[in-house]
Amino acid sequence: MNDIPLVSTKNLSVFFGLGRKLFGERQVVRAVENVSLDIPKGSFFGLVGESGSGKTTLGRAILRAAPITGGHIKYNDGEVDYDVATINKKQLKDYRKRSQLIFQDPYAALSPRMTVRDIIAEPLEVMGLTSSRRETDERVREMAAKCRLNLEHLRRFPHAFSGGQRQRISIARALVCKPRFLVADESVAALDVSIQADILNLLKSLTDEMGITFLFISHDLSVVAHVCDYVAVMYLGQIVEEAPTRKLFSRPRHPYTAALLSAIPSLDPDDEQDAIKLEGEIPSPLSPPSGCRFHTRCAHVQARCQSESPQWRKIDDGHFAACHFTDELKL
Amino acid sequence: MDSPLIKIENLTLQFKTDEGLITAVDNVSFELVPGEILGLVGESGSGKSVTAKSLMLLNPGNAVYSPESQITLTIEGNTVDVFNLKSASQLKVVRGGAISMIFQEPMASFAPAITIGDQMVEQLLLHSHMTKKEAVTHSIEMLERVGISDAPTRFKQYAFEFSGGMRQRAMIAMALSTKPKLLIADEPTTALDVTIQAQVIDLMKDLVAEFGMAILFITHDLGVIAQTADRVAVMYLGNIIETGSVRQVIKEPAHPYTQGLLNAIPKLERLDEPLTPVPGDIPSPLDRPPGCVFHTRCSQMIEGKCDTLVPSRTTLKVGHTASCFVAEGSSDGEFEAVA
Repeated sequence: MNDIPLVSTKNLSVFFGLGRKLFGERQVVRAVENVSLDIPKGSFFGLVGESGSGKTTLGRAILRAAPITGGHIKYNDGEVDYDVATINKKQLKDYRKRSQLIFQDPYAALSPRMTVRDIIAEPLEVMGLTSSRRETDERVREMAAKCRLNLEHLRRFPHAFSGGQRQRISIARALVCKPRFLVADESVAALDVSIQADILNLLKSLTDEMGITFLFISHDLSVVAHVCDYVAVMYLGQIVEEAPTRKLFSRPRHPYTAALLSAIPSLDPDDEQDAIKLEGEIPSPLSPPSGCRFHTRCAHVQARCQSESPQWRKIDDGHFAACHFTDELKL
Repeated sequence: MDSPLIKIENLTLQFKTDEGLITAVDNVSFELVPGEILGLVGESGSGKSVTAKSLMLLNPGNAVYSPESQITLTIEGNTVDVFNLKSASQLKVVRGGAISMIFQEPMASFAPAITIGDQMVEQLLLHSHMTKKEAVTHSIEMLERVGISDAPTRFKQYAFEFSGGMRQRAMIAMALSTKPKLLIADEPTTALDVTIQAQVIDLMKDLVAEFGMAILFITHDLGVIAQTADRVAVMYLGNIIETGSVRQVIKEPAHPYTQGLLNAIPKLERLDEPLTPVPGDIPSPLDRPPGCVFHTRCSQMIEGKCDTLVPSRTTLKVGHTASCFVAEGSSDGEFEAVA
């Protein structure tokens, strides 16, 4: 693995303005605020958090699919070096070839009116990557075979396929233009466990083979634990902890990560779980709590947490967390 | 052992479609006693939701039940044959009276233009002898009971004003306010985050202890089952292929399909082991495999036996049954066929 990150964000913020209330101030949703993140080249990088934590928005912002309010996104694959936040049109077109997205719902992501061949060929045609129909067909067949799709099925329409097969079509479409960077937003959440395992294995072997850097967004911690090299945990628009997967799961250093881990139902019925109870739900990003954003639900809250934002600190090699009491807490 | 609250015997259900009859449920039998939580597990398309809906006769008009199918509900000594219920007033007992249901998608199960409170009161007026005033008080109490703060205000709000977790709580409050004997929970936590899921599971366990009702818990998440259910039934292509106590099924799975499902789950304790998917796809219900329904994907398939003969349900240990020739063979002939 290389030390130079492929994608690196610095103080990245994404705010969405809502309509003005009568006589009120303009309301702003702070979906992502001040996020700095390094995604090492060639890694499988996991991003986890509850719904409403801003993980999807962060993934989209990195792909320039969400408006960026402030901060920088550096992309450097050795050939080109872009700041995605201030990228010009021509560069953006090139960036689109280098970065791709796989969606959550394989039923909604494929047009019902296009054949599988046309779906997979579309990125090649739109981006003008091939010069003849024959070349396109060749690339499509090659990619479809890699994703273990039956080549005889290329003339069929998506309705004829099961959820797992559709997700393989989505993967083929994302990989056909040979991207360097791939964002998968909850790409296995809608699948049954047996198919989920199959898709995860496929993604892992394809990204290894093609040398793709992968940002894997998920709310399922056990899936992330299995496939990712690094994990970042998001809460209410901010990253609260980041570490190599083993370190994060064996010794979480932020109370929120610890609570998330303890809430996963154990497969062993004799395993008496005393899950750390998180009271209530994630607060509204319209008016995030003062100080540490997690203080309203934290079991270890102290007076300082309510007023002062914790610093993003290095705890160990590659292990970072934002909590005032990381060193004192036994998690 | 208590006498069963509900008994399902030889339930076979087919749907009439343009392509012919599709078998959705094939000869399924199980029962629930009061206070018991039975987990019904299986992949999508295995027939678990359709089975649950049969208990309330909620399947669409093209559903055909075989004449051998029988569902009997026993409440305080009175036995009701569910398939004999015809008129709407007779059906009230299985639709919200003695049986209530929680659906997967809490947003889609509340009417968007009627307040949560009015929806709760409406069903109480239908199913109990309460006056409107009593129903309002009771509903607010139930909302408080499931941990919704500021219940009197929430009572007057609409579904869109609730968050996902709160909607699911309100759904549970509504389903429980008529004090049902049996609660059917169809993937109640699938749409929720782990932290909220933990809250909802705790709440459901507390309520079982408090009201002494039985729960039919449908899910594809074996982790959730391990932490909630007393017994488990595993479904595949409309058949129950294995049943037993939670410990038996999860710790000593007998059927190759159950073993495959357990192997496919990512486990935090064993990060080094690769994920092993169950090979192949679930076959289309239009061409159900002959013999054992699972033989097309089974790694331990016995040529000439599994693909032609249908395995019968066999008792492996007390309370633990499986329909599989391989499992039969490995239990050293101690098994006996269940009549």
